[in-house]
Amino acid sequence: MKAINRRQAFALGGGFVMLTLLPMAADAEVTNDAAKWIEKFTGGKQPAKGKISLDLPEIAENGNTVPLSINVESPMTADSYVKDVMIIADGNPNAGVATLSFTPLSGKAEASIRIRLASTQNVIAIAKMSDGSLFTEQKTVKVTIGGCGG
Amino acid sequence: MADKPRIKLPKEAAKGEVVQIKTLVSHVMESGQRKDAQGKTIPRKIINKFACEFNGKPVFACALEPAISANPYIQFDARIDEAGTFKFSWTDDDGTVITAEEKIALKA
Repeated sequence: MKAINRRQAFALGGGFVMLTLLPMAADAEVTNDAAKWIEKFTGGKQPAKGKISLDLPEIAENGNTVPLSINVESPMTADSYVKDVMIIADGNPNAGVATLSFTPLSGKAEASIRIRLASTQNVIAIAKMSDGSLFTEQKTVKVTIGGCGG
Repeated sequence: MADKPRIKLPKEAAKGEVVQIKTLVSHVMESGQRKDAQGKTIPRKIINKFACEFNGKPVFACALEPAISANPYIQFDARIDEAGTFKFSWTDDDGTVITAEEKIALKA
């Protein structure tokens, strides 16, 4: 069999890249830029399920202010703590909601905020630990009155 | 705009205790998505960063996006190893920074 030359190898590689990227691009069109936010935060690594408990109402009557509480399981010591937690809403005009940064001085990786949700959608949390490992959790919130715009 | 931020935390704590801190600051958090009566987009104006330090060391910080509700409420925890001062800061899109301080003592 003939050995593959350099040019053919490039073409082959390009084909693979297209194949893997295309389905992702299609997803992003359907919703918003959530995939881009996640990609930037995780550096392309796949987060594992677990460690996070994400507390959101199942049905939010008013999307202007939806209470969100998050708690990530961690000893929060200098050697092992939760660094950052990114919160994403996949149906808002902009996917980003907040990025929480903890330190060992936080004592607990726990926070509550109030967020806006434009419509019924998934809220996704991704936690980055001090050792670089990633965890994720998501919840679907049904929104009766949207909270972005008029 | 310049209402004083409201901060709730205990006056004193035992050494090593983890205390809960609640903060609320008055701000419109204009998302940049809304339109006025003439149909023009109202420009974005939000608090984009919150930070809390204790005796100069970072405790908690938060990057905020337009998806945060008006009058942002942020609740988080802090471990108290020594008596000292918490410094809170909220940074607006226009560069203004709202700051506040709270002291905490160690239980005797």
